[in-house]
Amino acid sequence: MPTIYIDDKPYEVDAGKNLLEACLNLGLDLPYFCWHPAMGSIGSCRQCAMVQYQNEEDTRGRIVMGCMTPVTDGARLSLQGEAASEFRESVIESLMLNHPHDCPVCAEGGECHLQDMTVMVGHRDRNYRGKKNTHRNQYLGPLISHEMNRCISCYRCVRFYKDYAGGTDLAALASHDHVYFGRHQEGVLQSEFAGNLVEVCPTGVFTDKTLLAQYTRKWDLQSAPSICVGCAAGCNTMPGERYGKLKRIHNRYNHEVNGYFLCDRGRFGGDFVNSESRLDFAGLQNDDGSYLPVKAEQALATAASWGQGDKVFAVGSPRASVESNYLLRRLVGAENFCPGFSDTEQRLVQQVANTLSQTRAISPSMKQIESADAVLILGEDVSNTAPRLALALRQSVRNKALELGTELRLEPWMDAAIRNLAQDQRSPMFIAGVSETRLNDIVETHVSLAPDDIARLGFAVAAEISGNPVDDLGVDLSALVVTIATALKKAKRPLIVSGTSLLNPSVIDGATAVAEALAAEKETMLSLSVSECNSLGVTMLDGGEGPDLTELAALAINGDIDTLLVLENDLYRRGTPEEIDRLLDNVKQLVVLDSLDNATLSKAQLALPASTFAESEGTLVNNEGRAQRYYPVFVDEEDRRASWQWLSLLGQATGASGFDQLQHFDQVAAACAQDIPALSEIVSAAPDHLFRNRGLKIPRQTPRYSGRTAMRADVSVHEPKQPVDEETPFAYSMEGLGSGQPSSLMPYTWAPGWNSNQSIQKFQDEAGGAIKGGTAGVRLIIPGQGVPHDVTEISATELRTTELGVFNPSASEWLLVPVYRVFGSDELSAHAPAIAELAGVAQVILHPSDAQSLQVSDGDGVSVICSIETAPLEVALDPTLARGCVGFTAGMAGVETLSAGSTVGLQKATDWVRRLPELIASDRPKVRGVQNV
Amino acid sequence: MIEQSIIQTDATLTSAEIREIDAELAHMPQKSGAAIDALKIVQSYRGWVSDEALVAIARYLDMSPEALEGVATFYNLIYRQPVGDKVVLFCDSVSCWIRGCDGVKQKISEKLGVDYGETTTDNQYTLIPVPCLGACDKAPVMMVGDDLYTNLDDEKINQIFDSNVDRGGES
Repeated sequence: MPTIYIDDKPYEVDAGKNLLEACLNLGLDLPYFCWHPAMGSIGSCRQCAMVQYQNEEDTRGRIVMGCMTPVTDGARLSLQGEAASEFRESVIESLMLNHPHDCPVCAEGGECHLQDMTVMVGHRDRNYRGKKNTHRNQYLGPLISHEMNRCISCYRCVRFYKDYAGGTDLAALASHDHVYFGRHQEGVLQSEFAGNLVEVCPTGVFTDKTLLAQYTRKWDLQSAPSICVGCAAGCNTMPGERYGKLKRIHNRYNHEVNGYFLCDRGRFGGDFVNSESRLDFAGLQNDDGSYLPVKAEQALATAASWGQGDKVFAVGSPRASVESNYLLRRLVGAENFCPGFSDTEQRLVQQVANTLSQTRAISPSMKQIESADAVLILGEDVSNTAPRLALALRQSVRNKALELGTELRLEPWMDAAIRNLAQDQRSPMFIAGVSETRLNDIVETHVSLAPDDIARLGFAVAAEISGNPVDDLGVDLSALVVTIATALKKAKRPLIVSGTSLLNPSVIDGATAVAEALAAEKETMLSLSVSECNSLGVTMLDGGEGPDLTELAALAINGDIDTLLVLENDLYRRGTPEEIDRLLDNVKQLVVLDSLDNATLSKAQLALPASTFAESEGTLVNNEGRAQRYYPVFVDEEDRRASWQWLSLLGQATGASGFDQLQHFDQVAAACAQDIPALSEIVSAAPDHLFRNRGLKIPRQTPRYSGRTAMRADVSVHEPKQPVDEETPFAYSMEGLGSGQPSSLMPYTWAPGWNSNQSIQKFQDEAGGAIKGGTAGVRLIIPGQGVPHDVTEISATELRTTELGVFNPSASEWLLVPVYRVFGSDELSAHAPAIAELAGVAQVILHPSDAQSLQVSDGDGVSVICSIETAPLEVALDPTLARGCVGFTAGMAGVETLSAGSTVGLQKATDWVRRLPELIASDRPKVRGVQNV
Repeated sequence: MIEQSIIQTDATLTSAEIREIDAELAHMPQKSGAAIDALKIVQSYRGWVSDEALVAIARYLDMSPEALEGVATFYNLIYRQPVGDKVVLFCDSVSCWIRGCDGVKQKISEKLGVDYGETTTDNQYTLIPVPCLGACDKAPVMMVGDDLYTNLDDEKINQIFDSNVDRGGES
């Protein structure tokens, strides 16, 4: 390890780092703006200046930029010396020339990196008395607010947006002191990662527009560690609350999972917590379908009276916690518990769970995905189904550039040099999907195929890799098969990505076959995406034992179900309305536990109001098989309870065995871990409620939390007692100790002098590294521990390609394939107003030539004819759609009757009225000079 | 899906413009390499580069409008706003300043009735400051259209603008 001398003190530092990283790793405060641990150095802001001396005799030295200067053994530096300090202060002073003095009205205030750095360099008095530059701000959509006057031109925004996330519609415009970061014209930022600008921008240029509408400063937010429920990626989040409202969601750093970034579905989708369709009280259904609010005790007594006997069945939920599902399953018995997927998806997720535990390939974390040097994606449009994964995949293609850099002895943090060196050279990525995805700008080859053909391509690649090429592909893909197989064989860390979204088991088999063929020779990664935040958890709990919804319906029709308990699940998203009606109409009593009103809930005789992720504790298993704990951010209002609490109380009320020992969360988690071998490690996901941080609870509120005595003064001048939290190591107060705890228990990040999110570096073992004391969460599926697949199975892939048969497009019939939208396809986030604004309406996606033959175009209506003719849907054209397929926007209102994989007819809707571009509401500035009428 | 940019454009490049841009593209390994040339070509035909023209060029070069806008707005001599028939590039850099360009600038402003960044009402001239025209030995200097004028003084300014155009009843 090289030794460097900072202000004449020797320090041992890691080789290969730059001086800025070295200083931060040593705990020394060196101010910076443009450097970001995930994006490296470009040296544009000049803030991290130090003085470097040639040798001990050199007393003058020269100014160097810490972020651009590699560590060298014996280097002599000055950090605190006058020259370095003065230089850094003068940089801040020059930035301040144009920076407005609007901190009191700026959303960044209190967590502003520029504020922190200004204080750090000691620049107090503004000497400049001239005019400041002013810019015209742009409307950037419902998520992001733009205030260009605050810009300090660090270029972090475009480096994230363009270089890191692949966005094209944000650029550095103009030059010298007119530099402007914005779009060519006003409009919605098109990248689904735009929300990260809020955290990437070191000051208040890009701020969270949904937060601005109900603003609270960071220091006044009550926070707790949480897990995103938007998809199965399991990103770690930090939701913040005040006045009983979820105000915002920020990224919570997890080295192995989401790192520094979230997608916009996760960041802005949590607003459903504040939705007006939240249930406040338990309700008993009247004869006319309306609900009579009842007290929790009465609701429990009613549910308990219905919950006796062996004709009680339950439907769990892939979006509810492991613990809630466990209690429900325990209450009704394993054989009466349906995990709550559609029939097809239930088998698929089971297939994924089996595959992950049996394969020799590694189920990679997102950090590992970033290390892949060749990628094959089969069928899964990750940009829309697990967006954060797509961002990780985008980094993987840069490994070629990093490799080229290594040859020239460039370190990975030398971002500009490496990007200049590599230009368009990327590690290979191949995608076979039903249409082109937003990763298309970085793929080597994309091919649009029908789902079965995607699977066949997978099998053919697997066969090619194992040296038994198939010759029955039928479609002209042989050359591509060889290209893909060669690239994967050449790679050191190949990655195969697939998932359940196409609802096609062969696609997953095809991906597994490729991974297995590769794993025979080298370390291989296989990432299989599932759809919801706990799809894998509920499936590992069920273990394939429970009935599916169709079997439940058959039992119901037989009269075998008296009471059906449904946990956090809108079953009408799991099957066609007729299928679900068959089940729900044939049970005597339907009890539904959910947080938001939905179609299933409206059928319930008894509705129980459940807390959301923001008000409850639970464990979720993400798609790599990692169990992670989320904690209540605030105490739920009204009569809502966490689902596990309702079920625990219900079990006690019915006298179910053992439920008297399942009254607390940790008891439930422990019982689940004991009963279900696959979930035995969930108790290690986070410390239990007895954990104390050097004897103290961990505060959810910051030390500066203000106005606690006055917050409720409009209701009563008497300050209520702070709620007591018996279930977690956290306190609903600012008292306690909030530093030095395990990373799974970090409610917010703050360090003295570091109020912004950049303070996370004070908690990392090195800049951009893991949080001290270990990464949050625990992997339930140990990577690569599976047994080798039978070799004969791989050579049998030839049979599989034959068996599946070539897909033949027909002129009058189409294969219905689900197409996912990052905004709109997910159930809960669609209730967030800002997400709903971006989601638009349900659509049918057609190939232009199909549209031509149907005589329709973009915006026209078309009816899908399956068993019944459905209400017409809007047409969207996609020239990259696989021929013979027709897509529909999965999960959006209006597509309930469509089932993926069926063969359908299409008909132009005759009395269709085209939707006009219409703005219901807009904060777009009014056109000047036009009278607003 | 996210709403596409509301402002669409139907502006297209003329065949003459495309011919010239294609000639530049022939030298470039990547299409975006011809960005500056394409902007100059379009500006030479239209006097300036409108939003619509910029989008059309971006499309032709497979760039995002933002990327091309970054290039266009970086350079002072790509005009993103309409300019007069001739652009007056007046040097206000150090050599010209030493040689008294401030007074000359005032004279021009009086003569034409415009300040920096403005266009005369008859749309003849747009006055823009420029940092150095490479003729410091003959300072103060300026360019009017494609012509360089050196050793400027009040009298010269009168001559230049009186000979260039009949300014009617003005000043």
